[in-house]
Order: sequence, then C-alpha cells, then structure tokens
Amino acid sequence: MTAALELEGLRKSFGKTEIIRGVDLSIGKGERHAIIGPNGAGKSTLFNLITGRFPQTSGHVRLHGHDLAGKAPFEINRMGLSRSFQITNIFPRMTVFENVRCSLLWSMGYKYSFWNMVSKSRALNEGAEEILEQINLTSRRDLPAGVLSYAEQRALEIGITIAGGADVIMLDEPTAGMSNTETDYIVGLIEKVTEGKTLIMVEHDMGVVFGLCDRISVLVYGEIVATGEPEAVRADQAVQEAYLGAALEAEH
Amino acid sequence: MTDTSSIMIKKRSYGGLTTGTVAPWVICTAILLVLPYVFQSNSALTIMNQMAITIVFALAYNMLLGQGGMLSFGHAVYMGMGGFMCMHVMNWVEYQNIPLPLPLLPVVGGLFGMGMATIIGSFSTRTAGTVFAMISLGIGELIAASSVIVVAFFGGEEGVSGDRTYGLPVFGYEFLTKIEVYYLTAGWLVLSALLMYLFSRTPVGRMANAVRDNPERAQFLGYSARWVRFYSFCASGFFAGVAGGLFAINFEILTEENLNLVTSGSILLITFLGGVGFFFGPIIGAIVFTLLQSVLSLQTELWQLYVGALFVLTVMYFPGGLAGVIMMHVAPYKLGKLNTLVMPYVKTLIPAAIGILGLASFCEIMFHFKHAAVGEHDMSLFGIEFSTHSPIPWVVIIGVTVLGFWLAKRNSAELRETWANANVMTVPKEGGAQ
Repeated sequence: MTAALELEGLRKSFGKTEIIRGVDLSIGKGERHAIIGPNGAGKSTLFNLITGRFPQTSGHVRLHGHDLAGKAPFEINRMGLSRSFQITNIFPRMTVFENVRCSLLWSMGYKYSFWNMVSKSRALNEGAEEILEQINLTSRRDLPAGVLSYAEQRALEIGITIAGGADVIMLDEPTAGMSNTETDYIVGLIEKVTEGKTLIMVEHDMGVVFGLCDRISVLVYGEIVATGEPEAVRADQAVQEAYLGAALEAEH
Repeated sequence: MTDTSSIMIKKRSYGGLTTGTVAPWVICTAILLVLPYVFQSNSALTIMNQMAITIVFALAYNMLLGQGGMLSFGHAVYMGMGGFMCMHVMNWVEYQNIPLPLPLLPVVGGLFGMGMATIIGSFSTRTAGTVFAMISLGIGELIAASSVIVVAFFGGEEGVSGDRTYGLPVFGYEFLTKIEVYYLTAGWLVLSALLMYLFSRTPVGRMANAVRDNPERAQFLGYSARWVRFYSFCASGFFAGVAGGLFAINFEILTEENLNLVTSGSILLITFLGGVGFFFGPIIGAIVFTLLQSVLSLQTELWQLYVGALFVLTVMYFPGGLAGVIMMHVAPYKLGKLNTLVMPYVKTLIPAAIGILGLASFCEIMFHFKHAAVGEHDMSLFGIEFSTHSPIPWVVIIGVTVLGFWLAKRNSAELRETWANANVMTVPKEGGAQ
C-alpha cells in the first residue's frame, strides 16, 4: 500500500539560507499526523512546498505515489489534496454560502462551465447546505464571510478546505489565536469532518496535538528530529531538549 | 431530514428563477418598449440609443472590474475593434450582396471583440493588479496609434463609414428611421444584459468573484486563477464588441475616438460612478453619464468640470457608487423606517442642492468673466440676465452658496442621527407588531 503522502529528501533554500534541510516522512492513509516545532522551524514552509505554493530546491513530494514536482496548486488540489492557511484565507466579499458552494464546483465536475446555472443544481446547493450544517454556520449563510468572527472564519476555512472531498487534508495552525472554548469547538469540528481522511496539521497547542493525532513529527531547524506516537514523542530525550524545553523557556 | 427542515431549505434562495429575480427584467423591458412613446423627438431617440450602447459597454466592462477584479485602462479597444469590423462587414454586405441581416451585425462585432480579447487576454490575464492594468493601458495606446498607421482597416483620420440601410430588409424593416434602430438597439440591450447576468450565475462566473476576492484560495480549490480571468476577459470582450456593433449601426461611422484612452477612461468612470459592486450599477452609471453628457453639455461649456467633480466625490464618499447609495436604503426599508428619512433628507439635500447650484453659478460667472469676448458683459443663468461686471450678482451668488451649504451642514447632524436610527432594529413599544 502506498502512503497517502511521502516526502523524500525534501530541501528548500531561500538564497543562501536553507530552511528545509532534508525532510523524509511517510504518512499513511487515514492517519492523523501533526507537525510541531518551535517558531521558525519551517513548518509553514514545509506545507507550502507540499502544496506547490513554492517549488522545492531538491527532493520529492509524492501524493498517493504520484510525484508532485512542477505541479501548480490547482493541479495538486485536483489530485485530492486540500489545505487551509495559517492566516485566514477565505473569500471575504462573498456570502458564507457562496464560499462553500464555490469550493464544491470543481469536485462536482463543473470546471469552467458557462452553460450551467449554479442555482439549478440540486446536488451542488444541497451539498453546500450540508457542509454549512457540519461547520455550524447555517445561521450565517447569507452574510459576507468578511464580517464573521475570527473563530467562525476559521471554521468556514475548514469547511472550504474539506468541501471539495479531498482525501488528504492539510491544516496550518487551525486553532491559532483562539480562546480555550473556541479551540475545543474547532478541535471537535476537525475530528468530525476529517473522519476517514488523512489529516496533516501544523499546531502549536500541545493539548490539541496530543489529543487529536495518531503520530507526531517534530521539526527543528528544517529537520525532523523525531516521529512517532504522541507518548513516544513526549518521552523522547531529543525532543525535550530541542523543542519542548525551548518552548517552556520561551513561555517564561 | 424532517419535514420542517426540508421546507426551510426550499425557501432558501439559490439565485434561481423567482418573481423577485424576473420582475426587474420584465419591468425594464416594458419601460424600454414604452419609452419612445414618451420621448418622441429624434434627439431623445439618439440619446436613448447612445444610453443603450453605453449600458452594454459598461456592463461588459464591469464583468472585468466588478466581477473579476481586473482594472482595465484600454477596454475601448474591444468595443472599437468590434465596431470597425461591423462597419467593414456593413460595406461588404452592400458591395457583395452578402445575405446578412442588419440585426445580426452585432454578433459579428461580438465575435471580433472576443477574438481580440482571446489574443490579448492570453498574456494579459496572467495576473490581475498592476501588471494587468499596465498591459491594458499599453495595448489601448498601441491600437489607438495603429489607427493612423493601418489605414486599410481603421480608415486613418476620417475613420470608416457606411450605410446601414443597404443591407437586407428584415420583415420589411430597412432601418431607415431612428425608431427602428431604437428597437433593434433595445432588443440587443435586453439580450446582452440578460446573458451577462446569467454568465455571472454560472460556475465560471461565480469563480470570477472568488478569484477577485482571493486568487490564491481559488487555486487551492482546483481552479486556475488565470483561466478564470481569461474566460471572464473573453466574455467581456464579446459584449464590448456587441456594443461596438450597435455603435456602428447607430452612428454609421467609427473613428480613432472609439479606440482611444479617453473612451477607455470614460467607461471606467461610468462604471465606477454607477457602482461596481452590483450588477445594475453600470446601468445607472451609463444612464446618468449619458444624460449629463447630452443635456448638461447643451447648458454649459463647463459640464466636464461638473462630471469630474461628481466622479471624485463619488469615489471619496460613496465608493459603492450610485447603486451603492440606493442599496444603502434597503436596510431602513426592510425595517420599515424609510419614511423617517424623508424629512431630514429634504432639510439637508435642498439646501445642499442650492449650495451646489450656487457654486456652479460662481464657476460659470467666473468663466464668463475671464473668457467671454471683450465688451461682452451680459450673461444669463437660470433665465436671469445680468452683467458680470456688476458686484450684485457676485454677492448674491456667493451669499446663496454660503447660506445653502451652511444650512445643509447644520441639518446634516439630524440626518446622520436619523440615519443611524433607521438602520437599527428597535423593539416595538406596543406588543403584537407583526
């Protein structure tokens, strides 16, 4: 069985600075995998390399065994990988409903059609309603997405990310900047909507990571220093020195 | 799914066919049919035709600016090229006896406009933003300059002219009279507006909005932002070409003026004035602008100054344009508080109007004072004759202006307060309302 996502010797330099210094990682189908690490470790860069936002300097990214080299983000998305962003990335002037409906269009096969009316397709509209229901935004459906609260926008972003039915979901700090109750809400939501899918997330909140994920990778200065089950990673000496210790220090 | 929730879902709007969406179209079509009976003069028909053409062009332009977030400084190219092609086809029809009925000519213009847009869009739509704007400006200048170089197509300085009546008569109509041309133009107006509206409801039209708001997000939903822009651009080019065809039929001549940056600039102005955020915005912009252009220009030489001032004020204070101003009143209307606004509006806007007229009079008298022929001291404003060299009119005009603006400013506080109240839902004091 091929892995859902496989990274092999992945490297990325900006000028002379090497940000990602050889990452090897294999994430199985249906696995919930977290990538943690101190600030500036390259977590977001790693996400951007995987999703084709930046080209890698060397190495390979394989999605279900297919090499993603040279593919544009929209092509990668069509192959079944969808992502959210660290900074909320939605369509602020469109209504919440339109946001979700637009994210369903490609996967429902509409492509660049100008001979179909979006209002005519029952499957499309009901699909969008269903996702709104899942992310608890039905009451907000006709508001412009830009006026929603921060937590609601994050929920909408997760909705947009999962709407297209991609089987590999990548979430970049989905709970960043949230209160405890909001975090609990989003974590519950993530659990619900990613059931049966491969989830890869970057997260700072250790509570979220240890509760939600099957495996954790620790990224420090562009290298993975440990990968394993939460308990094993927590106990790992190298991790404690390199990351958890540093994180604790940073908090003081 | 329970019964109640399925009923709820049925009630929701997906932007489908309802009385609310069909009614405006039926009403507008009816108005278009009746208008020539209300305004029967030839000049009124000319103005209405001009309006219809501008509306089609402005709506086509807004497919880029409002729907797709692409700021073009050279959109006259697609209208102009469509128009020039139509003039040539009109002449070929005459000389070669090609069986092409005149009402179908705008299709030729549209296809040619779309062809141009396909070529230019293939590289210009790579990004939106400044790069797109600069390419459009460059192409606009390039084509306008070509008009004196490629004389065979653009006819040099005198342009290309023809005669619409030499084509095939259609059901006995030869399009000799203005009224026949009016109905032809109005028919194309309704058809193109409807098609452009429907385009905005298709998947690619919806994605144009998405790409406008956030091109990167759209990419991660499986859509190439570039292709979405390209399709919008081609569709916009088509309808701009249709407008060009209508222009050719109406005026029977196209010149460099139809391609140049002045025309491109004014369509941007018209669209923005009307409001880019709503589908009907450019329609209002085109109507208002054409009226100002044709009616105001008969009254004063300074009309462009006033239009410019109106544009600047709109951009500064009402970025949603005239359509935005209208739509601002939807919330008070829904709350049933529109009537509370009437008196404050009267109390503020009438003095403001007086102030504006006073200021305009000041500009006029100044202009006359500086630029009238030597010894020509008499002028008339609003039917009053006076001498520009006597101090009385100056004092009166300045006094009226200051008084008007002072009153408007004094009363605007009340308007602001009423406006704030009109937008807030209040709990009815007596129970049982609704």
